[in-house]
Amino acid sequence: MEQKTKIHAEDGRQEIFITREFDLPLDLLFRAYVEADLVEQWMGTKVLQLESKKRGAYHFQTTGPNGNILFQSSGVIHDFVENKNITRTFEMENTPFPVQLEYLDFEKISDSTSKLTMHVIYKSVADRDAILKLPFAFGINLAHNRLQEIFKNVN
Amino acid sequence: MNLRRDVFQAIADPTRRAILLLLTTQSMTAGAIASNFDTARPTVSKHLQILTECELLKQEQQGREIYYHFNPKKMKEVSDFIEPFRQMWDDRFNKLESVMKNLKTGKK
Repeated sequence: MEQKTKIHAEDGRQEIFITREFDLPLDLLFRAYVEADLVEQWMGTKVLQLESKKRGAYHFQTTGPNGNILFQSSGVIHDFVENKNITRTFEMENTPFPVQLEYLDFEKISDSTSKLTMHVIYKSVADRDAILKLPFAFGINLAHNRLQEIFKNVN
Repeated sequence: MNLRRDVFQAIADPTRRAILLLLTTQSMTAGAIASNFDTARPTVSKHLQILTECELLKQEQQGREIYYHFNPKKMKEVSDFIEPFRQMWDDRFNKLESVMKNLKTGKK
């Protein structure tokens, strides 16, 4: 079976492409990125801020069982065209990883299917490779208990 | 008993995965690595020994200190280190799809 989500990462380049075809009409796919309560549901994170517009910004937070903060991400939205694209920065707060730039393109395939292409640009090839290895090193779950502790010491 | 060490056994343990992550950005001495964990120093040494035996880590003598560094070549042996990254996004997008599908059917 063909994989629904594809990662294209060429050796020695500081960018990747993530593509995914959805069994959803374009407007529903786009809404999943725009409305805070929907983002919370599929990302499994708290949305503290989400201004989906040009010169907007966002701030997401993942907490552990005792309410302790495991993971925070934030960024600014540079460009926002409804049902078409979102250009934003992404930063994992309190980690040694630099800010990355994300171009999200939303396309209609048919009335009931759509496609998302994420073009992510990293500060360096080494940063890209380190981030690609993160889920490997941690198992799938990024919100690992020790993540914060380890990053604190890395800094 | 002589257990053969392989990469998969090495990464099965969460502490060892944390050590690997720690060493993706820098090389460190055993002492510096151990200071990142609550685990007793000999336990960390044992983990380092296992990771070294399966060549996920390499040792390098610098003066009197031994530094451990990550060996990315070996990482590639684990089929493809990008696969878990892809899997993470796939899971996330599957969730998105099901959340939005429920929304659609709930509305109608």
